[in-house]
Amino acid sequence: MDDLYLSVRNLTKHFQPSGFSRGPAVKALQDISFDIPRGQVVGLVGESGSGKTTIGRSILRLIEPTSGQVIMNGTDVVRLSARGLRRQRRKMQYVFQDPFASLSSRMTIGRILMEGLDIQRLGSKSDRQARARAALEMVELPEDAFDRFAHEFSGGQRQRIGIARALAMQPEFVVADEPVSALDVSIQAQVLNLLRGLQMRLGLTMLFISHDLAVVEYICDTVIVLYLGRIMEIAPAAELYARPRHPYTRALLSAIPTPDPIRRAKRQVLTGDIPSPANPPSGCVFRTRCPLAVDACATSVPPLREMVPGHSMACIRDEAII
Amino acid sequence: MKDAVLDISGLTTTFTIGGRAIPAVQDLDLAIAAGETVALVGESGSGKSVTSLSIMGLLPRRVGQVAAGSIRLRCKSGQTTSLTGLDPESLRRLRGNDVAMVFQEPMTSLNPVFTVGEQIAEPIRIHLGKSHRSAAADAVRLLGEVGIPDPERRAKQYPHELSGGMRQRVTIAMALACDPQLLIADEPTTALDVTIQAQILTLMAKLQAERSMAVLFITHNLGVVAEIADRVAVMYAGRIVETGPVQDVFDHPRHPYTKGLLRSVPKLGEAAQLKAQGRDLPTIAGNVPSLRHLPPGCAFANRCELATESCRAAVPVLEEVSSGRHARCIRWREV
Repeated sequence: MDDLYLSVRNLTKHFQPSGFSRGPAVKALQDISFDIPRGQVVGLVGESGSGKTTIGRSILRLIEPTSGQVIMNGTDVVRLSARGLRRQRRKMQYVFQDPFASLSSRMTIGRILMEGLDIQRLGSKSDRQARARAALEMVELPEDAFDRFAHEFSGGQRQRIGIARALAMQPEFVVADEPVSALDVSIQAQVLNLLRGLQMRLGLTMLFISHDLAVVEYICDTVIVLYLGRIMEIAPAAELYARPRHPYTRALLSAIPTPDPIRRAKRQVLTGDIPSPANPPSGCVFRTRCPLAVDACATSVPPLREMVPGHSMACIRDEAII
Repeated sequence: MKDAVLDISGLTTTFTIGGRAIPAVQDLDLAIAAGETVALVGESGSGKSVTSLSIMGLLPRRVGQVAAGSIRLRCKSGQTTSLTGLDPESLRRLRGNDVAMVFQEPMTSLNPVFTVGEQIAEPIRIHLGKSHRSAAADAVRLLGEVGIPDPERRAKQYPHELSGGMRQRVTIAMALACDPQLLIADEPTTALDVTIQAQILTLMAKLQAERSMAVLFITHNLGVVAEIADRVAVMYAGRIVETGPVQDVFDHPRHPYTKGLLRSVPKLGEAAQLKAQGRDLPTIAGNVPSLRHLPPGCAFANRCELATESCRAAVPVLEEVSSGRHARCIRWREV
């Protein structure tokens, strides 16, 4: 077994309605468990409301999980005190989706890159500057970017700054939450190459969140498919695309628009909408849209079972899946 | 094109910013026949949305203006009308009637304080002069046609009570209410999840075939283009750089930008191969030039591997490379 870095166990997050709104809690995550070996990239894919971002934020405790464990290199992040959490934060960093909203317009890039280092009081002032400048170089931005402001940069360059901010802390673990979704196609490929190169060079352990399956395949070792707060399937990236098992994974892959007329002809379009996470279906959450659903699917939540080594899925209809 | 529903010729649209006219679209020719879907693709700032706003007469007042060219629309009456320089009242009679539009964000294009049924009925009453009762019945029928289950109940609901996919179905119903000759869809599936996107694309293809409308489909997603369009026009920095039948352009791109764009989209199943060979995803180096500082020659030259001195000297013309295929590149034979 590879050296385990992160181990998530039974992670659950319910959002209680607040203020004047009443009604049931939104069950954003239900009983999520998975591992990430050191130096590997695990991808989270799924549609809106599947819980991708909630997992990323719960792991770094940017939001408080309702229950469950997040063991990072032997430390349970969920149980850390405020002080312990701050110390842990330098090891775990987040890259946000929107490079326009996630960078302050009033701070120079240098100050943005050094803010975390300042809060953590890492090294002397000149050490911090050196680390920030090194991070800029890693993301292939010019040196003079240090004294400029975010609005002077394009979307792709800003996303590089967001990556540099995370890397300046010299983290062990990075959550990249849709880091290329806001970028144009030709820029997206540049940032993906950069991110993958840095991840390999620095030996980062990474959780990569995306709704785009092709992007995830390119950057991830293992892929987790989520639907309505539950894991449907986990598999090595190449295996998942070559031999998807869960009916939802298959539908998701087949829904991707493609220039290939043969793939298009075989398409099965899912009917209906994603149910509300405030009121998820009983049993298997996918059963209301599943072409293979039977009565038994409504009675109990299908457990995640390993079908072949490294490839698990939560579906009881495996004899119907060809 | 002979029986074109939409015929744009030499369109140049500029935005006046800080006293300077900045060209957002330059010298654009585009024609769409009845029953045909043409996709306009390009990245941010390429001018695809400005093209659609120019057609609809929705450019921001005093800032954006059609500086040159003509936009002609064949109306339901069979007459051809020039849309440039039309007075606001005549334009209002055309919009939602002969030409309709579906936008990216269904939540912002629907009014939160009216039921969806009322919103679909409104253009029917205004343009077709039907009574409240008859327009309301039409709205329910249209909701059914766009695949909304239980349309009578849904017609009485407000936008916030519907999912994103259903809201987009409602805006499509609204656009189709008066049987337009031309439908402009500006990134209609970009805000939707991929399984819902597949539903909407299937629906649009079906509705278009039934009504033989002309459709101008604006998107940045090349996969979507392949699914929905007959012909494609690729835009870069305000100009069309390549046009032709979709399959033909995708199989044999003749402009270096189109080729680079097609290569830089990650494709399913391709990653394993790249990883095994230790290769990076192909990219287009550099950034899109600012419209304020366009180079004198080809706008793509600074990112192009084939660029020579003559590329930088003058803007290449959109040259016919084969029947129905055009490329704005002097070295298209080598692409």
